[in-house]
Amino acid sequence: MSRLSVRKTYKLYIGGAFPRSESGRSYPVTSPKGEFLANASRASRKDARDAVVAARKAFPGWSGATPYNRGQILYRVAEMLEGRRAQFAEELAQSGQGGKKAALEAVDATVDRLVWYAGWSDKIASVHGAANPVAGPYFNLSSPEPTGVVAIVAPADPLLGLVSVVAPVIVTGNTCVVVASEPSPLAAITLAEVLATSDLPGGVVNVLTGRQAELAPWLAAHMDVNGLDLTGVADADLALQCEQAAAENLKRVLRPVQEDWTADPGIGRMTRFLETKTVWHPVGI
Amino acid sequence: MEDTALVGDAVMVSTMTTSLADVAASGATLRAFLHGLPGVDRVGADQRAATLGTRSIKTTAKAKAIDLAISMVDLTTLEGADTAGKVRAMCTKAVRPGGDAPKVAAVCVYPDLVAVAAEAVRGSGVKVASVATAFPSGRSSLEVKVSDTALAVAAGADEIDMVIDRGAFLSGDYLKVFEEIVAVKAACGDAHLKVILETGELATYDNVRRASWLAMLAGADFIKTSTGKVSPAATLPVTLIMLEAVRDFRDATGRQVGVKPAGGIRTTKDAIKHLVLVNETAGDDWLTPEWFRLGASSLLNDLLMQRQKLATGRYAGPDYFTLD
Amino acid sequence: MMAIFEYAPAPESRDVVDIKPSYGLFINGEFTDGSGPSFKTVNPATEEPLAEIASATSDDVDRAVQAARKAFGVWSALPGAERAKYLFRIARIIQERARELAVLESLDNGKPIRESRDVDLPLVAAHFFYYAGWADKLEYAGFGRRTTNGQGGTKPLGVAGQVIPWNFPLLMLAWKIAPALACGNTVVLKPAETTPLTALLFAEICRQADLPPGVVNIVTGAGDTGAAVVAHPDVNKVAFTGSTEVGRIIARTVAGTDKKLTLELGGKAANIVFEDAAIDQAVEGIVNGIFFNQGHVCCAGSRLLVQESIQDELLAALKRRMGTLRVGDPLDKNTDVGAINSAAQLAKIRELSEIGESEGAERWSPACELPDKGFWFPPTVFTGVAQSHTIARDEIFGPVLSVLTFRTPAEAVEKANNTPYGLSAGIWTEKGSRILWMADKLRAGVVWANTFNKFDPASPFGGYKESGYGREGGLLGLEAYLDV
Repeated sequence: MSRLSVRKTYKLYIGGAFPRSESGRSYPVTSPKGEFLANASRASRKDARDAVVAARKAFPGWSGATPYNRGQILYRVAEMLEGRRAQFAEELAQSGQGGKKAALEAVDATVDRLVWYAGWSDKIASVHGAANPVAGPYFNLSSPEPTGVVAIVAPADPLLGLVSVVAPVIVTGNTCVVVASEPSPLAAITLAEVLATSDLPGGVVNVLTGRQAELAPWLAAHMDVNGLDLTGVADADLALQCEQAAAENLKRVLRPVQEDWTADPGIGRMTRFLETKTVWHPVGI
Repeated sequence: MEDTALVGDAVMVSTMTTSLADVAASGATLRAFLHGLPGVDRVGADQRAATLGTRSIKTTAKAKAIDLAISMVDLTTLEGADTAGKVRAMCTKAVRPGGDAPKVAAVCVYPDLVAVAAEAVRGSGVKVASVATAFPSGRSSLEVKVSDTALAVAAGADEIDMVIDRGAFLSGDYLKVFEEIVAVKAACGDAHLKVILETGELATYDNVRRASWLAMLAGADFIKTSTGKVSPAATLPVTLIMLEAVRDFRDATGRQVGVKPAGGIRTTKDAIKHLVLVNETAGDDWLTPEWFRLGASSLLNDLLMQRQKLATGRYAGPDYFTLD
Repeated sequence: MMAIFEYAPAPESRDVVDIKPSYGLFINGEFTDGSGPSFKTVNPATEEPLAEIASATSDDVDRAVQAARKAFGVWSALPGAERAKYLFRIARIIQERARELAVLESLDNGKPIRESRDVDLPLVAAHFFYYAGWADKLEYAGFGRRTTNGQGGTKPLGVAGQVIPWNFPLLMLAWKIAPALACGNTVVLKPAETTPLTALLFAEICRQADLPPGVVNIVTGAGDTGAAVVAHPDVNKVAFTGSTEVGRIIARTVAGTDKKLTLELGGKAANIVFEDAAIDQAVEGIVNGIFFNQGHVCCAGSRLLVQESIQDELLAALKRRMGTLRVGDPLDKNTDVGAINSAAQLAKIRELSEIGESEGAERWSPACELPDKGFWFPPTVFTGVAQSHTIARDEIFGPVLSVLTFRTPAEAVEKANNTPYGLSAGIWTEKGSRILWMADKLRAGVVWANTFNKFDPASPFGGYKESGYGREGGLLGLEAYLDV
């Protein structure tokens, strides 16, 4: 008699913990062929609210950490992911993201992407800041600072796409609430397990699974969210509705884009959620 | 309301908890007080002075300002080549600058020429000021400085312009500077004491503020920017900081102290800018020759030329003004 | 009692500027009629009408956008060095005609000639000089090579629709037009309804500079005209400076489009004075922070946060200094505080000040005689203000200062950041490490330490949170006008 396997319960990841949706709801996740894979939590607006609270709470500590420290932690995430390479590849393959080989390539690309962004933590200020030569006796320095709490609607690509939108947001000191790919949310929760064991403070990344159309508008309208990444919103009406809602507190919005996740990412995803602070001081004796 | 500062009735300076009378009890208390004064941001002070320098003083205001400036001039000659003849000529001009222009406030000479000057201005109301205390460097013993002062007072000086020991000040020996001023003040008798800070050697505006307070605490009747022998001499920001000091000192103690920028004020424009500073910093109470002086020599002729331009509508030429 | 030293009136001559009875729209290098009903622009210091201004309808805006689109092909194809020379030329003409522009600005806006002459105009010319130099150096601006995902490079966006406010009419025009043109875009700019004149004189300067027709188009009008510019489907980039309220509407309008948007909106800056501050300079900084340009400044230091231990001393010094402010004729060279820009703005300032009083804050103004005609408001300070008072939260955009106190640096930061805005902040302390600690904690785009209200074309300006997004000025100011 073959052994009955122990299935994983896929929960949410909020404030460093793995709660079920407060609503008690879940939804079945299937492979493209229709095979049942797991029940994922179907987060509610209240879960989204809790996630924003957790992200806000984590913001001072994370944004106040040294860039070196943030880089170390992102690199640690890469290390942890590398260690679970086979698990992620299998999960990706099961959920129909290409064959085994393609899945492994995707995991490797994800690890490499994390390493790439990890290195940016203490370089972005040099590239995106400036010593400004003003016409007067003043020291004048512009440096980038994180925007705050960023809500992200992750793209369909369940792992590489997800990490490609989350890493640039957090490496600079933002905290985030990410709505995982609706049809393929499982990798996101497994990634959360990696994050939870990588010295990343709880609340820096919060992962919600569920209905994009249900969650995104609440996050877009939330007055304690500073930035909104709509990359994964395929429905133009939903994107419009979210961007309009985001106008209420002038969120920084990244509109939906079709992106080749294997291409050179550039620094745009980091700078989009950075503020520039310019400090003046007189120079005199 | 003069001379009430040091009577010991616990006059408080808002930034300090010690009474001003106790400030000079020791080098340490004096240092603590002076270093407890608010700092001066150089760029901000420069900008404030520059902005006030853009005031446009025209027509009737200009005419009034010119006469006020003339009446505030300490007409000065401080050359090794000074002679009785040179001093007499200057005094003649001081008493009667030309036309209906007012007389100047004072003449300023070296101690050995005080008697000549006193004789030349006798009865005119023009005061005789004498530099003293091993002017301009101040590098001599206290004994010499006191006798230098006594010599000038005995010869008839109404006002003594002493220099502080900048070396002592810059090395942090504030008590030495204080005690010298007190000693010279005692030697002055009835003569008014102007204390020259030589701001060009103090280097920072923080030091200008500290030296101003130090001089006032020690009994100065006037604080004066410069000897005229060091560059920079009287700049607008330095005058501004000293005006703030006398304003704040009067608020704290009730005693009014005068201000005298000296050196480098050559044009009517410069003089009027200084008057604007007085007007908008210390106010009306200082806008008299009793409380504000301009130490200068060539300035007087420029004031007279501008005065004539206003009266005639024509630009004046130097041939029509005496070189004394 | 008459003061000893009374300054005689020193009016700047009006003769240097020739105001026409009426002005059209500037489209495709020509002045043309507007289709909407014309309106008058008035001198806020006297309420005297200055000129009749054309009003652009959406059809007129469409003409302007079409002209800009047509010109975009030519302009963006020009070598950067050639675009640079046009901008240098414009900068020089601005310097040559500086006095004329300054007088016109003061007449139309009400700001003191001392400021339009010594602040606005030098900054306007400097801004054109600064971005002129960038036009042929964009490859070096650090945006990298263009990626396959369409990031980086030096590609201009296309037609920029720009809507600017009335507080710094020509300076805001410079902030918008200079970087746009340097990057190869063409523009349709709408000046504020109450201050169109210097923009129209700038149109004439474009002609003097032989700028190709259509590169700069100026459409005058009210909110409708601005809305038409923002909503025009062939505009690739929208830049707006003005109220947060309108900024929200614009953000909603461009939602779902491909338009790139930068917004520079309102503020409620904290100017924080510690007990160890250089007091005299701090007082100047407070005065400059809130009374510069009648307080019509989005980054104005409208909330004074003073450490409790020095509040009496500081307030006494502040009030004494306010007593020397000279309020009156904007064209008098000795005026420090000029006229409020419009009747509507004056009404808003009055209303908020009355709310301040009714909510229990203590109101004080120095004795000052205000002219009978025109729009005037005396420099005003409210003491005993709490965070919960309306005047501590709402942007007044006038010469009204709210004074609050704090005990510790952490409390100062908490109060300073406790606002939906985040444009600017001031710190006054002689302790360097505290400045850097505070600067790090304050959520504001510009932090002035031991100074306030300083601007420079090389220095990026813009806000956090509801103060908007994007930066103007400096290298980062290029980003707003490049497809990066």
